[in-house]
Amino acid sequence: MKILVPVKRVASLDDEFELRDDGRDVDPDFCEHDLNEFDEYALEAAVQIKEAAPEGAVEVVVLTVGPEDADDVLRKALAKGADRAIRVDDADLGDADRVAIARVIAKVAENEEPGLVLCGAQSADQGHAQTGMSVGTLLGWARTAVVSRLDFKPGASFAQVERELEGGLVERLEVETPAVLTIQLGINTPRYASLRSIKQANAKAIECVSPRDIGLADAEIGSAGSLSRVRRVFVPERGRGEIIEGTPAQQAARLLEIITEVKG
Amino acid sequence: MSGILILAEHRRGVLRDATLEAIGAAGELKGALGGPVTVLVIAADPSPFVGAVSVGAVDEVITVARPDAETFEPHVYEAVLKAVIAAREPSLVLMPHSVDSFALAPAVAVGLGLGFATDVFGLAVEDGEVVATRAGYNEKVFVEIDFPGRSGVLVTLRGGAFAPATVPASPTVSALDAGEGKPRSRHLEWRDPPASGGIDIPGSPFILSIGRGVGDEANVAQFLELAEGLGATLGCSRPIADSGWLPKARQVGQSGQLAAKCNLYIAMGISGSVQHQWGMKHVENIVAINKDPEASIFTIARYGIVGDMLEIAEELRKQQGIQ
Repeated sequence: MKILVPVKRVASLDDEFELRDDGRDVDPDFCEHDLNEFDEYALEAAVQIKEAAPEGAVEVVVLTVGPEDADDVLRKALAKGADRAIRVDDADLGDADRVAIARVIAKVAENEEPGLVLCGAQSADQGHAQTGMSVGTLLGWARTAVVSRLDFKPGASFAQVERELEGGLVERLEVETPAVLTIQLGINTPRYASLRSIKQANAKAIECVSPRDIGLADAEIGSAGSLSRVRRVFVPERGRGEIIEGTPAQQAARLLEIITEVKG
Repeated sequence: MSGILILAEHRRGVLRDATLEAIGAAGELKGALGGPVTVLVIAADPSPFVGAVSVGAVDEVITVARPDAETFEPHVYEAVLKAVIAAREPSLVLMPHSVDSFALAPAVAVGLGLGFATDVFGLAVEDGEVVATRAGYNEKVFVEIDFPGRSGVLVTLRGGAFAPATVPASPTVSALDAGEGKPRSRHLEWRDPPASGGIDIPGSPFILSIGRGVGDEANVAQFLELAEGLGATLGCSRPIADSGWLPKARQVGQSGQLAAKCNLYIAMGISGSVQHQWGMKHVENIVAINKDPEASIFTIARYGIVGDMLEIAEELRKQQGIQ
């Protein structure tokens, strides 16, 4: 059985950044990238299912949609226990929103026929919480969001999961498989990659395909497959509070004054 | 194609406040977008919720009673909501940006081809079309989203972004049989968060909270002492609770506690994710201490210290004579 783990290369902005000329995104020159933290937990959950199963019974396939630079996050995932990596090149995707990205992921899933798709609950940079559950919808599979515990034996027709709700309330439930689950932070402790596994990951080939290679139709690609459009990005006017300057001793002294002022 | 449809969210017999915020948002848009404003209640027995959603601009409450909707089940809700949208053709569908909606909203938007935006805190109507505003890049920019070519739009709303509707209204109530659809997951049990052991984040007027900046588990104990010495309750952000360094009862934020009675909140080494801010951004006096001058916590803080939380903590202990 395969477990497919779609991962995202997320962006964090430099202290100073500029917008793109069209004003509809940040200029990518001002972004640093990394593997989405939520996806690390999804990957670890997949690798733990693999390790609990007989040798060779489970293959963990990671997938990202992005440019060649996104291979970095796939290599990181390979070093942390994924067996294979696929990158769908985003050159033709234009203004794809999350739903258009989900169409790509769902098409890869149709081709790979995994028994489970595990996604991060959301991305750390944009936090839409749309992609994973859109994949489930497009596949017509059962789905559960924000899973904080997962018990699944390959081949079983149900997975036992817990989902974490507002205020820390937990619902325990049973969900049909194949299923798409989105994974919450804290479900496990993602492993560190060893030097040896990093070396091995760097030697592995990454399968690179285009959206058309995998069989997507034009109407599903990019803005045609999207349900939204970014009209404008802007930096909000935000008041900043009073910055307390000085040495740590002076700053601490002022903080104690503030505590006294507020608490009376 | 007109009007606004709101899906009521309820859990264990209680309507969630976020539904009243969605009704409040609908009230703000009703003039520009046109009515009616309709609330859909899906439950095994919807009747107890009808009174609670009869507020603000609501013109009609639709109830759908299904035995398989004893608890929220995304595939059942999906079938019902799609059927009601197909029948009523609202131009805007609103629901909370909540864990339940995460599994539901994409299915409905994708299934019906609705315009779709999530975690939205601003809504406007321009030339009859909905424009949604949300944040991007970890709250550092705002993003305006429109929905060209989409005749209906589904939006999930950020908690606390819209004032809840409270004024009683007298909507008509219609019971519908709606939706085929079968559950594909089965509720087994609820598990309440572990007992707090006397830790009272919601009731504390003064909270000192620590985040990733604490660096190491060995550093945590001194903050318990510091908080006690200052007369504060020690809180924390999610990563600290996830690591098991402090109990979950100390976690402030969406999946933790709301600092409901707090008027002084000192956030040390907490960058200020949306989820954390949900639990504390309303506090009148927020002091942020963080090494990163761009941390989003500074945008909601009344006072800021750009620096190392461990150094500041050491000075606080020294000056207060806390061992």
